[in-house]
Amino acid sequence: MTTGILLQIAQTLLAILVAPLLLGWTNQCRAWLQGRSAPPITQPYRVMRKLFHKDAVIAHTASPLFRFAPYMVFACMALAAGIVPMIANDLPFSPAADAIALVGVFALARVFLALAAMDIGTSFGTLGARREMMVSFLAEPALLMVFFTASLISQSTQLPHIVDTLAHRQFAIYPSLAFAGVAFWMVSVAENARIPVDNPTTHLELTMIHEAMILEYSARHLALIEWAVAIKLFTYSALGIALFLPWGIAPTGNYGALPLALLALAVKMAGGGFVLAFMETISAKMRLFRVPEFLGTAFLLAVLGMLIHFLLEV
Amino acid sequence: MEFYWLLGIPLAGGVFLALWGNRGSAPEINAGFSFLTLLAAAALTARVIAQGPMELSDGWFFVDSFNVFLVALTAFVAFTTSLFSRPYMRIEKEHGRLNDARLRLYHASYQIFIAAMLLALTTNNMGILWVSMEGATLATVLLVSLYRTPAALEAAWKYFILCGVGIAQALFGTVLLYFAAEKVLGAGGGALLWTHLNAVKAQLEPTVLQLAFVFLLVGYGTKVGLAPLHSWLPDAHAEGPTPVSAVLSGLLLNVALYAVMRSKVLVDGALGTSMAGNLMMGFGLLSVVLAAFLIKRQTDVKRMFAYSSIEHMGLVTFAFGMGGPVASFAGLLHMTMHSLTKSAIFFAVGHATQKAGTQLMDGIRGLIKTNPTIGWGLMLGTIAILGVPPFGVFASEFLIITTAMHEHAWATPFLLIALGVAFASVFGKVQPMVFGETELPQLPHQPALAPVFLHLALVLMLGLFIPPYLAEWYRQAAHLLGG
Amino acid sequence: MATTYPLQIVNLLAAILLLISFAMLSQRRVVGLVTLFAWQGAALASSTAIIAWSTGQHHLYYSAGLTLLLKVIAMPWFFYRLVRKLDINRDVEPMLNNTATMLIGIALVIFAFNLALPISQMAGTVTRSTLGVAMACVLLAFLMMITRTKALPQVIGFLAMENGLFFAATSATYGMPLVVELGVALDVLVGVFVLGIFFFQIRETFDSLDLKHMEKLREK
Repeated sequence: MTTGILLQIAQTLLAILVAPLLLGWTNQCRAWLQGRSAPPITQPYRVMRKLFHKDAVIAHTASPLFRFAPYMVFACMALAAGIVPMIANDLPFSPAADAIALVGVFALARVFLALAAMDIGTSFGTLGARREMMVSFLAEPALLMVFFTASLISQSTQLPHIVDTLAHRQFAIYPSLAFAGVAFWMVSVAENARIPVDNPTTHLELTMIHEAMILEYSARHLALIEWAVAIKLFTYSALGIALFLPWGIAPTGNYGALPLALLALAVKMAGGGFVLAFMETISAKMRLFRVPEFLGTAFLLAVLGMLIHFLLEV
Repeated sequence: MEFYWLLGIPLAGGVFLALWGNRGSAPEINAGFSFLTLLAAAALTARVIAQGPMELSDGWFFVDSFNVFLVALTAFVAFTTSLFSRPYMRIEKEHGRLNDARLRLYHASYQIFIAAMLLALTTNNMGILWVSMEGATLATVLLVSLYRTPAALEAAWKYFILCGVGIAQALFGTVLLYFAAEKVLGAGGGALLWTHLNAVKAQLEPTVLQLAFVFLLVGYGTKVGLAPLHSWLPDAHAEGPTPVSAVLSGLLLNVALYAVMRSKVLVDGALGTSMAGNLMMGFGLLSVVLAAFLIKRQTDVKRMFAYSSIEHMGLVTFAFGMGGPVASFAGLLHMTMHSLTKSAIFFAVGHATQKAGTQLMDGIRGLIKTNPTIGWGLMLGTIAILGVPPFGVFASEFLIITTAMHEHAWATPFLLIALGVAFASVFGKVQPMVFGETELPQLPHQPALAPVFLHLALVLMLGLFIPPYLAEWYRQAAHLLGG
Repeated sequence: MATTYPLQIVNLLAAILLLISFAMLSQRRVVGLVTLFAWQGAALASSTAIIAWSTGQHHLYYSAGLTLLLKVIAMPWFFYRLVRKLDINRDVEPMLNNTATMLIGIALVIFAFNLALPISQMAGTVTRSTLGVAMACVLLAFLMMITRTKALPQVIGFLAMENGLFFAATSATYGMPLVVELGVALDVLVGVFVLGIFFFQIRETFDSLDLKHMEKLREK
């Protein structure tokens, strides 16, 4: 049990600390693929350090909610990072919150961010919040459907249990998982505000979603939000790995497998970051009114995956 | 031997006319091939009457009294229609509505259409039945659009798509039927042979057959023109050339209903309930009632008689749905009467519209003055189809309604009201067409009215007296249908 | 579920067939639709071939070959030519918006699965579970025919329906008897040929393949 708690703390800390590295790596890959000279992989850390050293400027109209939101968002992401099995299955935290609760944790962070964005009363903040809500109300059901498919296969909504089942079954082609995987990819792109749904580097009013919400933040608040964004990306990647490429995660009680699990995680994350950068390079940001269609397709795929599971795999 | 002639002649005719159909004598060649087909059909009929049901070519084909009666009817109406179309098509050409190339298409498709229907009637394989039904549809699509007017194209498109979708349902029904049959008879071509299926029908899986019948009824029912799947039928009849309307109404609908009946015999055997019959009665009754009320609103004479076809096919479907020897007998009789009468009416209507230059009933007046034979033909045909004694339609309708009173009393008021409404509206509309005032010119060619009066004479004869061998024949066929 | 790899591939192909049906439902361009139709044919042909190989039903090879020849090569080629010649590759506006169509589509899939369940339990073939997918494909193609107003998409919908039926026949009974299958293929071929003529006629008369012009004949 104590080792379990130790492992839990270690994994959560690892996720929090390493998350910006994944962001840095993705940016680096993207720069390479686009033929630019790449920023160092530690760039997100530098940005955060710079922000932490600045003085925060806050609008007069801001309520306490505005100050509180960044901490809340960060806490939610840290909690989410603790639930998803990354290197080990033996996580004492995870029985407390299953896959569905995880979706709830993400939603909580989003609600706070949206409320804070509207709190100041600027038009950009409200616009961003509205767009964010539109995206999430379409993305969340799709994400839930993906979880349901995985849960149906493993007969449980507990993430460690799902990972355990998926990692140790006999190899077989699961069309349902393939569908769910594609749906999950589309949802993660939307949820993490990446191209083609959103562009994390743009501040163009016609297109921005996530950036519009955090325009009013500065200094440590902004740093916390950026950090939370990095952790979210990391957690989503870990989630994808846990559901669709679970091999290598150390099973309960087998601590000798931990180094190997770490290595596997590093390799898979690096691969995932590269693929993300690649996809972002080859696709163009879609017009905002196409986003519902994009997410509708994700939902459709997820539902089809589930239906196909019922029909073909039971 | 005569059997192979039966299928071979129209097929050869189709090929021949496709190659040489643009010469002036094509209408006569067409009639000649149809006459030979009729001879082959007559020979086959004589043999079946003498020797009873038979299987041919290792069971690939099957002839019993039910389908041989339809074969004879088909060949007969096909022949008379080809006689009618001879002057009709010449006049159309002179009016500039058609040219040689299209006439060639018409004659070739006509023969292929007859071949497809005869194949559908005689094949023993439920799969081939589907294939030939689809073939018959395809052969007539281009006939419906022969005039290339916007309305004709629209009608043909509707015909193609609706019947295509419908017949796709029938294919699924056939797949399900094969699925059930395969378990009992084993895989392979034998499992779809109707005679084999009929022998083991009690062992077929009831749930599958139930579902299969629904699909088959919807599929082939679309081609029968059963409401609510009928919407292609009035358009195709109204916009196509009149000989095509005559064979569609007189023959194709019968063949489609034949396919439904063959399926029904199997399903009844497997289920042991009246589910199939009830479904057919429902569809039939709906068609009768709906069509009768729609007739009232028609302004186009061919459309009006097309709705009348829906009504009568509904009546036949209802009769077969009731089952039992009397109702099946009446259904078969009505099928015959309707084929003969309706094609006669279309012949007369065809010449009438050519004369008036319009299909709108308001434009057709005073036929009896300018062309008494057409006028009398139309009048007598209308009286016959409306079920006035002593014509044969009266006898069959009388039998159907009395049986309905006996077994399904609830349905009789609907039937009587529908027939009454149809009578009032059709008669009210035909009467001024025949007896009104007019100054229309004569037709450039002598119209062929012999077929009209031949058909009507037959209908009259059968209304007064059914020859004993014919009655015996109907009785056998009715017995086959589970009576 | 301990099933063999060929069967798993067939299942995967079934899933892909279903996916393509949905893609066709939402595809706006005619050329895209033709390409999807060709892919659907390819998926159908390969699944038929795999079933033929793994069950030793040799007559299915013919059926697979026929599908490949007709529905992957000949017809798409013909349709591409038609699109080019008639210049009809504009956006196909469906009558219903996409989201609504998709939701109806999902409902149809659930319906089809339920309908197929009792039958597939009775089937003796190893591929019986794909029967539901086949039925879903049929219904989705039907939906596509209803929601489109242009001539060519309707025809592609009709052919997609035929694909679904073929797949149903293969998965429920390892295909229909060869004679029937040949006959069906012949009918389809003739049908497409007739349609080709027909398209030109419609085009000549209406100067468009939009069926909206063809709504004069109504039930009165």
